[in-house]
Amino acid sequence: MHIMWFTERAYHHVPEEEVLRRRSFFGVPNTFFDAAKGAVLLNQYLDEKIYTDELGFDGVMLNEHHGTPFCMGAVMDVEAAVLARATKRVKIVLLGNPIPTVANPLRLAEELAMIDMISGGRLVPGWVRGAGSEQLANNANPAYNREYFDEAHDLILAAWTKPGPFRWEGKHFHYRFVNPWVLPLQKPHPPIWIPGLISPETVKWCAAHKYPYVALATMLGPTLEMWDMYTTEAARHGYQAGPENFGYLQPIFVHETEEKADALGRNFLFGGGFANFARPEWMFPPGYNSKEATRRLAALYSNPNLPGKTLIPQHLHSLSDIAAIKKAVYDTYDGAKESLQIITGTPKSVIPKLRKVLEVLRPGIFSFWLDGPAPLADRMTCLKLLGTEVMPAVREIGKELGLKDPFEVAPGSRPLPSSGVAERVGSPAALAAL
Amino acid sequence: MADNFFTEVKFPVGATELKVLKAGTGKPLLVFHGELGFPGPAKWMTALAEKRTLHIPLHPGYGKTPQANWIMDMRDLGNFYARFIREQKLAPVDVIGFSLGGWLAAEMATANSAQFGKMVLVGAAGLRPPSGEIMDMFTLTARNYLNANVADIHNAGDFSAMFGGEQTPTQYEEWEEARAETARIAWQPYMFTQSMANLLENVVGLPTLLVWGKQDKVVPLSVAELYKKQIAGAKLVTIDKCGHMPEVEQSAEFVKEVSAFLG
Amino acid sequence: MHIMFFTERAYHAVPEDEVFKRRSFFGVPNKFFDAPTGARLLNEYIDEKILCDELGFDGLMLNEHHGTPFCMGAVMDVEAAVLARATKRAKIVLLGNPIPTVANPLRMAEELAMIDMISGGRLVPGWVRGAGSEQLANNANPAYNREYFDEAHDLILAAWTKPGPFRWEGKHFHYRFVNPWVLPLQKPHPPIWIPGLISPETVKWCADHRYPYVALATLLGPTLEMYNMYAKRAADLGYQAGPENFGYLQPVFCADTEEKAEELGKNFLFGGGFSHFARPEWMFPPGYNSKEATRRLAAQAANPNLPGNINGMVDHDPVDDADLQALKKKLYDTYPQWLKESQMITGTPKTIVPKLRHVLEVLRPGIFSFWLDGPSPLKDRRRCVELLGKEVVPALRDIGKELGLEDPFSRKPGSVKISGKAEMVGRPDLLQASA
Repeated sequence: MHIMWFTERAYHHVPEEEVLRRRSFFGVPNTFFDAAKGAVLLNQYLDEKIYTDELGFDGVMLNEHHGTPFCMGAVMDVEAAVLARATKRVKIVLLGNPIPTVANPLRLAEELAMIDMISGGRLVPGWVRGAGSEQLANNANPAYNREYFDEAHDLILAAWTKPGPFRWEGKHFHYRFVNPWVLPLQKPHPPIWIPGLISPETVKWCAAHKYPYVALATMLGPTLEMWDMYTTEAARHGYQAGPENFGYLQPIFVHETEEKADALGRNFLFGGGFANFARPEWMFPPGYNSKEATRRLAALYSNPNLPGKTLIPQHLHSLSDIAAIKKAVYDTYDGAKESLQIITGTPKSVIPKLRKVLEVLRPGIFSFWLDGPAPLADRMTCLKLLGTEVMPAVREIGKELGLKDPFEVAPGSRPLPSSGVAERVGSPAALAAL
Repeated sequence: MADNFFTEVKFPVGATELKVLKAGTGKPLLVFHGELGFPGPAKWMTALAEKRTLHIPLHPGYGKTPQANWIMDMRDLGNFYARFIREQKLAPVDVIGFSLGGWLAAEMATANSAQFGKMVLVGAAGLRPPSGEIMDMFTLTARNYLNANVADIHNAGDFSAMFGGEQTPTQYEEWEEARAETARIAWQPYMFTQSMANLLENVVGLPTLLVWGKQDKVVPLSVAELYKKQIAGAKLVTIDKCGHMPEVEQSAEFVKEVSAFLG
Repeated sequence: MHIMFFTERAYHAVPEDEVFKRRSFFGVPNKFFDAPTGARLLNEYIDEKILCDELGFDGLMLNEHHGTPFCMGAVMDVEAAVLARATKRAKIVLLGNPIPTVANPLRMAEELAMIDMISGGRLVPGWVRGAGSEQLANNANPAYNREYFDEAHDLILAAWTKPGPFRWEGKHFHYRFVNPWVLPLQKPHPPIWIPGLISPETVKWCADHRYPYVALATLLGPTLEMYNMYAKRAADLGYQAGPENFGYLQPVFCADTEEKAEELGKNFLFGGGFSHFARPEWMFPPGYNSKEATRRLAAQAANPNLPGNINGMVDHDPVDDADLQALKKKLYDTYPQWLKESQMITGTPKTIVPKLRHVLEVLRPGIFSFWLDGPSPLKDRRRCVELLGKEVVPALRDIGKELGLEDPFSRKPGSVKISGKAEMVGRPDLLQASA
């Protein structure tokens, strides 16, 4: 089992009211950004990552967002570069680079090659389409998002594996001289993992490429459905999916007492949390969604890509009563714990809860997610307890449940059963038993 | 307005089956709809249809006409319609274009002004505003953008009849489709062709009417002024108490001006 | 005086003949790249920079090239990020980011902001148009190179200083939502320095923006001409250019013995050195040069941007191996000329310092960078850096003090107001005396 740690590197000093008022972290004017405070935080987040390396985590996971206090990792490759030298053993897992938005994917291929070289081959790059707001922030035409994604992916892989110089004349990208003189240390190329938020198109694409799919804190039920979809598609490509094909990101808050853990957990909902990542019109810019997704959205009137239901009740949207909105946000806390979307407690009390998640999903990759404007000391305590007490227990559970990770079993290497019918990877029975 | 006001006709343009709504009687008038797609029947259509046969093509990818994947900018779309006009032997045809549809007409005029008889541009995009900027629909919901299209939402002529009430799932889907296709064509630079001002200098001998709402918040009046300056002999009419949709917000005055111009 | 260290981070394991065969580092197929060797070298270069920080150098200078064994810093910001955490005191000086080639300059603004934040405000970003070959490698239209450069520069500065969100509708770049949530720690923005290879347009542009101009190992005579062109322009704008407006990059090879230093120095010509950076058709892609530059080029039929006139000697690709070896010999035979023109300085700390004094007296730069390159053994490189740091740098500091060489941190570029004509910069008389 591959155990990682993740945080969004939020700029927590943004006034919460500014977010709630807009129902969106994205779009809060950067006049609220104080670079000195941001620099302290950004370095603390790096300290944390370095600490996880010392604690023996297997991976540190990074992500990227632009133009938002939700995440200061605007170019996560900068952080990845720092960690390539500043850590010794952990994999540096990028979930993921928003390749439709970078405009020059060849430069990205070079960037990542250098990071892989500097880290001694510890890079795990991953790709995302980028949230809708990333398309706005980078002015990447959302109507071509999927086409950019596919073509940039193919170009990067070609740059890494096909001898140069060669010419690339795609639909959206054109190069007359692809011949990078930095190439990844890992051959033929670094392992690629893909994060997702319940997008069927992405799940199927991952299965076709034998890329592990890492579900980002999505509800357990829909996550299992995605696993099944992946497994079915994998069977069409002639292999049996296993735990090595799946990963899961879990918000978790551990402290010495239940009360302190709860205090941390509540902070996760700061500003409305992920539900207020960006306004709907910025989450779904024109053409970003497939027709199917748009149809689903039209029918549902809610955001299917987000975990759980939207946190702020519809009737409050027009209110200027920030206090009421805030209350509504924090009132969702108990429900989120109930559904295991948030796990809090002491090491002793969180382990059984984690076991349940692992029994249901059976992922080979598992990442802890800590976020919210908590004091540094509390974050470090959480991290320490995770590393010294929770992680060893999770490893044992992983061993017991046979949760092989992509480094133990190459994704796509399991043969299908002789019946030709793929076996399920997760356990709906365990889900029903919750 | 009767349900059977329009007849839907299909014309093959290359591999694409273009759907065209037809209504009225008399000389053809080609109508180019805007960035949110065909808005549905409207009073001004009935009025103009008394003397003219309206040909309202539904742009590829905006719903009823299938997407033509190769169309990626306004020049592509303009040439698509140039072929339609040639094959249907419509030239020289009078044309009226609204907003993005006005940009389309202007783009076609720069390529071949002889394909048009007279041209009416209503709140047309297409030029980099010398002052102000074109409101960015892509950072707004379709609904909010639409609302910004009129000067006074509470007193906006035919607006509430056409667009009022809760947004329906069908409407949402249609608007998203229109927005997506607009993005494919007009994402960047947003809603204009950089060389348009220069190209317009070659539009000579094409009677042109520019119709603008005085309170247009979407395409600033500075664009109208520039069109007027660049197209020889163009006439500009501005309408008061009116935003980006004179045909909706002040339909009577709009029809009066356009009818007088078209003759 | 601001004293820096620079190296190209070359991939030295490229077979030298492959370069000579093409008369170009750029374009050698990357099948000759061995990633483990490259990874080891890249980390050694980083180690070297960290050592410089410990030795007390003021700045660590990086540059960027794509698709060439000449320089593995394809995205130097990756190295800058590493150094932001791995070093403590030195400025991280990027000379420079090829902004016409990055395609998304806003991402570049964010990238650099993060590096400034992580380093605690030690970033000195700089911009370049990018060599001709960078335009090919990144497929950036060279005919719009200057326009991309100007617009990307303005956009990055706006992203750093103008409150967001705002819209940017330029000729080449379009953004509907500029509102970065990472901003440089240094306010209003980090100091900007610009490197150059004798391009008058760049020199004037620098003077207009009061950006220090760092001449990259160009011949002393033409370098002084550029400095004075800068000073003249500066005077038109009402300020006197001083040492704080100028920098110079100097190849220096230091060892415990003269012989060892010579050995290091000769390695600088590996593969033809900078004169084989790229073939002319790749150095000057269509529209890359201004009309003036093209005219100059047409008249000279040589590459004025390159140090010396080595390229002019060879007018054909080697036809066979004998020809290739002859070409190679011819190139290495130019070594004494390099020394004579101070284009390269070799020796022990004791013999080097007087030679450096000469350069400093002639040019009077406030920024000075050592340049070490060539496929020399690691221990020799390390020794060179150590000797520079421990023995040469202190001597240079004294000379700098004696000559009054203010740097951009001790005196703000553009802060000395004048009305009327500029004072001459540098000492051409000393240059003539030495000739």
